[in-house]
Amino acid sequence: MDALTEDKNQGLVERFFIFWDKIGILLVFIVVCVIFGILNPVFFNPLNIINVIRQVSIIGVMAVGMTLVILLGLIDLSVGSIVAFAGIVAAGFQVKWGGSFFLSLVIPLLVGAGIGFFNGYVSTKGGIHPFIVTLGSMSIFRGATLLIAQGKPISGMSPAFRFIGAGMIGPIPFPVILFLGCVIIFGIMLRRTVFGRYIYAIGGNQEAALLSGIMVDRVKILTYTILGTLSGLSALILTSRLNSGELVAGQGYELDVIASVVIGGTSMMGGEGGVYGTLIGALLIGVISNGLNLLGVQPYWQMMVKGTIIILAVLMDRMKRRFRTV
Amino acid sequence: MDKTFNNGDGILQFENVTKRFPGVLALDSVSFDVLKGEVHALVGENGAGKSTLIKIVTGVYQKTSGSILFQGKLIDYQNPHEALRNGIAAIYQELNLIPALTVAENIFMGHHIRNERGFIDWKKMREEAQKLIDFLEVDVEIDAKVGTLGVAKKQVVEIAKALSLNAQILIMDEPTAALAKKEIETLFRIIKFLKSKGVTIIYISHHLDEIFAISDRVTVLRDGKHVATNNTATLTIDDLIKMMVGRKLVEQFPHMDHQVKDEVLRVENLKRKGVLHNINFSLKKGQIVGIAGMVGSGRTELLRAIYGLDPLDGGKIFVKGDEVNIQSPYDAINLGIALLPEERKTQGLVLLLSVTDNIGLPSLTKISNRGFIDDTKLNHITSEMVQMMNIKTPSFHQKTMFLSGGNQQKVVLGKWFARECDIYLFDEPTRGIDVGAKIEIYHLMNKLIERGAAILMVSSELPEILGMSDQILVMKEGKITGTLTRQNANQEEVLKLAIGGGHLNGRSD
Repeated sequence: MDALTEDKNQGLVERFFIFWDKIGILLVFIVVCVIFGILNPVFFNPLNIINVIRQVSIIGVMAVGMTLVILLGLIDLSVGSIVAFAGIVAAGFQVKWGGSFFLSLVIPLLVGAGIGFFNGYVSTKGGIHPFIVTLGSMSIFRGATLLIAQGKPISGMSPAFRFIGAGMIGPIPFPVILFLGCVIIFGIMLRRTVFGRYIYAIGGNQEAALLSGIMVDRVKILTYTILGTLSGLSALILTSRLNSGELVAGQGYELDVIASVVIGGTSMMGGEGGVYGTLIGALLIGVISNGLNLLGVQPYWQMMVKGTIIILAVLMDRMKRRFRTV
Repeated sequence: MDKTFNNGDGILQFENVTKRFPGVLALDSVSFDVLKGEVHALVGENGAGKSTLIKIVTGVYQKTSGSILFQGKLIDYQNPHEALRNGIAAIYQELNLIPALTVAENIFMGHHIRNERGFIDWKKMREEAQKLIDFLEVDVEIDAKVGTLGVAKKQVVEIAKALSLNAQILIMDEPTAALAKKEIETLFRIIKFLKSKGVTIIYISHHLDEIFAISDRVTVLRDGKHVATNNTATLTIDDLIKMMVGRKLVEQFPHMDHQVKDEVLRVENLKRKGVLHNINFSLKKGQIVGIAGMVGSGRTELLRAIYGLDPLDGGKIFVKGDEVNIQSPYDAINLGIALLPEERKTQGLVLLLSVTDNIGLPSLTKISNRGFIDDTKLNHITSEMVQMMNIKTPSFHQKTMFLSGGNQQKVVLGKWFARECDIYLFDEPTRGIDVGAKIEIYHLMNKLIERGAAILMVSSELPEILGMSDQILVMKEGKITGTLTRQNANQEEVLKLAIGGGHLNGRSD
């Protein structure tokens, strides 16, 4: 009964980290909300709450996809550029190239999927670290965006297209529904499907996964393709909301996306975490910006706070690991 | 046997050195002396304790009890660096050199020659490096990047590095493993030369012919115990093998005779450059075939090649009579082949995942519907396996990292039991687990055979090979040097085929 006794012998510190692992970030989130609510009651106004969720939707949709990639122990830096490129393509089909409404929805998603596939294929089959490959894509597709747009944003979307980013279903903004929909779909996917289990297995131990007959490269490529597609979806939301395909769209988004995942408790080493944590991580980032805005704090502070939280989140993850390996 | 060499010239003296790892007694009160200026060979089967002893001398491990005297003084190094500074250097099979740096810089790595202002004195360092290379009378360019050199020259660099630190004792662990015949001659010339300069060499090798060619005295270890230290010249290879084997086989192996049926796996002329040479054998339903051989003889590589992990350079594989092309483990599993790898923690299990997840992993596609896992079936399989394997776990959701070694191995076994394959490739199925769990695993292997499977088992434990196999293949240097049946196999026979010198080879079918 070794296993039994080992489990019972955990000290207080270890118990704390196990507890933290389960609901720690949720606790932090609630505490932060309560503090902001006390300092400024407007914070808990339903309109404000919905506003916060809507603001994080664009980042959140990508963060769901990024969670899968990070669960594999990999990374993607190109998501911001995918947003810009797919966004300009969407706007182009709406305004310039006379595409149908349908094409302006589908093509940006396919463009995102294609770039994701490229990232996954080149990094696995070419044996190049995804950090490098996606750093390359980040630059390639930012450049491609500028090239297509010839230096000018493309504006003036149809009302139907504008619904994606600005529409409401009842009191709830459509982007919020898209975001929460992604969380639920991929939450179920991770927990209930073979593909989901394969992601955890590869992230936890790639060699054991390979020896168990999992086609590791295929899972990785598919996962990058999913993230690319979701980045395409974010591009639709952003372009629609701004009513314009912007050249600088999505710049720096990769940081917020990765931060949401990491703060949500998914380990950069892979194999541990999930999309529900990412939901909280994304909301926490949104709440902090919103709360500090309501308190009239300079935006510069927000960046510093965000950076500090990221480092603390990773530190907690490391401590957790250290206490577990005994 | 005799210990008549305690004549006071001992440069390195072991007195009751004991090393205990959790659950294993790796060294049991080992005592012997190494004399100044001799070439002292250290031999023993895999797991006899040679490496552990060397790692204790060089400070990689710390001994549990006993004492070691170096030049008459008690030593207890805490790390290899300390040992090196004091004059004990070890050269391992994996050389510790930095490929992108030059020969000269590698020789002086960690003790760069500096000028009075603290900067590296390149001129002096190159001069000193050249002197060392000249001293060894070898042809190595000191400005060459180490990465561009062959193994033999890299070894020379390691030796020069040890000499630059005035090493008194030079330990060589399987130095000839990757060398060609001519390079071995050069190495032996250097060893003799160093000996003439008063350097003491401790030489570890599986190749007994080398032991006789180069060593003055030889110490035999077996199961962590000191068996004998003798003048090499007074021994024969057969004496040495007898001392290495020693023990009688205890009847702890529940071997069962089964009806051997159709051939399920046949391998013809399997080749992998530098690793496997013309491997031929066949495996039949109901049969356990053991593969014996020393570490590095190509046993694991053979299993990996069959399982699609390493590409082949030639040869054919037949499964149930049909020629197959296995490109990946995915292909292998679909053909009914399972591999239980050597390292359960790094290869067999996903430690972060639960017992259920690990057991289910290879079977998920079989128990899912349009990609969705059938949890009822998964739980059913898990509970069946946990019961059958007698896995001790507080719950199915326990992460496997928290289980004991034996229970972890049973999870690995369970995951492949559940997948229901026809051919099981076992690599060191009982390494590092206690006797009780070992016997349980043997019984489970029998159960697989009863179910109609065939097993190909690599093991470093000869008793296990002899006790469980219906047929034994012996490998040496990537070749099958002999095939023995259960009836005519014994430890000495297997060892002769696995390590014996040229004149002992010749008993292959």
